[in-house]
Amino acid sequence: MNFQLTQDQLDIRKLVRDFALNEVAPSAMERDEKEEFSREIFDKMAEIGLCGIPWPEEYGGAGMDFVSYVIAVEELSRVCASTGVTLSVQTSLAGWPIYAFGTEEQKQTYLRRLAEGTSIGAYGLTEPGSGTDAGGMRTTAVDKGDHWVLNGSKIFITNGGVADIYVVFAVTDPEKRTRGGITAFIVESSFEGFSVGKKEKKMGIKSSPTTEIVFENCIVPKENQLGALGEGFKIAMMTLDGGRNGIAAQALGIAQGALDHSVDYAKQRNQFKQSISNFQAIQFKLADMATEIEAARLLTYQAAWLESEKLPYSQASAMAKVFASEVAMKVTTEAVQIFGGYGYTREYPVERFMRDAKITQIYEGTSEVQRMVIARHLLKE
Amino acid sequence: MQQMVRDFAQNEIAPLAAEIDRTDEFPLELVKKMGSLGLLGIPVPEEHDGVGADFVSYMLAIEEVSYASASAGVILAVHTSVGTMPILKFGTDEQKSKYVPRLATGELIGAFGLTEPSAGSDASSIRTRAVREGDVYVLNGSKIFITNGEVADLFIVFAATDPSLGAKGVSAFIVERGTPGFAIGKKEHKMGMNGSGTVELVFDNAQVPATQLLGREGEGFTIAMSNLDGGRIGIGAQALGIARAAFDAAREYAKQREQFGKQIADFQGVQFMLADMATKIEAARLLIYQAASLREAGLPCSQQASMAKYYASDAAMQVTTDAVQLFGGYGYSKEYPVERFMRDAKVTQIYEGTNQIQRVVVAKNLLRG
Repeated sequence: MNFQLTQDQLDIRKLVRDFALNEVAPSAMERDEKEEFSREIFDKMAEIGLCGIPWPEEYGGAGMDFVSYVIAVEELSRVCASTGVTLSVQTSLAGWPIYAFGTEEQKQTYLRRLAEGTSIGAYGLTEPGSGTDAGGMRTTAVDKGDHWVLNGSKIFITNGGVADIYVVFAVTDPEKRTRGGITAFIVESSFEGFSVGKKEKKMGIKSSPTTEIVFENCIVPKENQLGALGEGFKIAMMTLDGGRNGIAAQALGIAQGALDHSVDYAKQRNQFKQSISNFQAIQFKLADMATEIEAARLLTYQAAWLESEKLPYSQASAMAKVFASEVAMKVTTEAVQIFGGYGYTREYPVERFMRDAKITQIYEGTSEVQRMVIARHLLKE
Repeated sequence: MQQMVRDFAQNEIAPLAAEIDRTDEFPLELVKKMGSLGLLGIPVPEEHDGVGADFVSYMLAIEEVSYASASAGVILAVHTSVGTMPILKFGTDEQKSKYVPRLATGELIGAFGLTEPSAGSDASSIRTRAVREGDVYVLNGSKIFITNGEVADLFIVFAATDPSLGAKGVSAFIVERGTPGFAIGKKEHKMGMNGSGTVELVFDNAQVPATQLLGREGEGFTIAMSNLDGGRIGIGAQALGIARAAFDAAREYAKQREQFGKQIADFQGVQFMLADMATKIEAARLLIYQAASLREAGLPCSQQASMAKYYASDAAMQVTTDAVQLFGGYGYSKEYPVERFMRDAKVTQIYEGTNQIQRVVVAKNLLRG
């Protein structure tokens, strides 16, 4: 891996950094407070080409690499983690499986809409009774000859309600389940029998809507089956490998944002007649925060680089995700501590960063699942 | 290069590692063999009989040697980074031609004398004095914790030529073993890193020829600090080697040790320990390679070097401690190598700038921006 970013990667960092500061940051606190998703911000992201960074130009993408993509998620999350996850889901969870497993027609139809940002994407795997044990899902898809009929429901769907395109997974053979009994589908929100259920009230990432989605005799055309029959579980798991890079980048951005605020605050806050940044207790906190963030960044970029080079990245992305999300939790908690009582108030952004950080240890595979993935790779050798 | 070093480390160094640790004897024969293979002059240019390899290759060599024996790793790192490179960088042509080729091939063994009983992290407060008297400098004082000192032929020593100027009054000298008035003092008994020949140096009206002044008078502190970044990345690489060795041993053990009728590797409690160890090692590796690659490119790397040093050494301490834990009672016994790894790891958090000093460096960089 090259430790110096390419000019393209530096350019996208600057582009997204400017965009994040000017267009995303000013409303972040208010959107959090009101639990409001901003379609306007999404449309502007689409306008400057952020929705399809790693997808080929022939499908409406920017034709860049995955490092550029994770840099974009990082920079957005540095000011607003909700906006960061919107892009991560759009790209990694909705775009990637279509890019990797879709037919040419599916790519031209759906990947293009996602890449150009004319549609918002989402991913439906989790169900009330199947979280980490995704193979235990109950949503079914029955072959009716010229179409599929889906029944069941999915929960914790990021971009739920605002998305038009959902990549979802259903049981097509209850006997086989994870061994060839689950199939992936591309479902549009306009399909008959599809509806959006209750919206979750969450601790954090509040301007990213999380909902239930419900299939009630939902009619899905045959050509919307994604990948081969029974290939769904593999698609779901491979999609999450890449999705982890996006969440690692989100966690990285949250941590960096909290550090940015902490350094500024430490420099201007005076106690005992001097800047609190003169105290080693504060200096060492800041040093540890920065060092762990740097390590998280390198792990995240390495995983994205491996994906770009088409090298195995499952272990690397699990490491990046578990490490970056735990760093984000630690760093944001320390940031609130450095701000003291002010940090606990909603007048300052660090409490939001801390609330936002927590989810990165949970979604797209809990930290515990990441450690299972890593251990499996380690012990297989 | 990396493959050659790895083979040598595995075949020639690893089998001796436990013995070096047990006897605390400096492995002179092994070090001479390393010299004849070029391992003692990896970053030294070919014109001075070195290998002329880049900095990243040198770091990989330290990592591989430390994987086999941390003591051999620190002998190599001290000899090269602070025993040889300052002469190459600041020496006169005569000093360079007299010493560097013999250091690069291992004919001479180098050491570095900066630390004193009351000048550790605050290195500028050294008390050893050097007074010019005609053709010689007369040195008085003592230096402690000198790696390689027990057997070294050549010492780069720092002394105050003008105490009123503080750090700006420090000068560097190339002191040969056998210089009148210069003696090797007591040898330290240490927790780990045994065999690396850590001793005190005593100067009692030592007569050091004026031609042995390295750089200019008053340039000593600059010389001492000149290879700070490189030295720190090197200790990071050493810590990485130790951590990797402990991890590999722990993984192998977890796969063969059976309890409750199955491999302990089947238990999630053990799996998660291994996953965390491997993840920290990977993070340490990337921080070290990043710092090394910046240094190789001639870019500023102080902050990255400090991050790499303290993260990698903290990781080495955690990983080696967990490795002992995974081995259980056997891990605590000298029959297995993991207790040695744990003892060796500790000093990487202390020398070449304590991890507290590294945090000061990182914080200073952060707050300056």
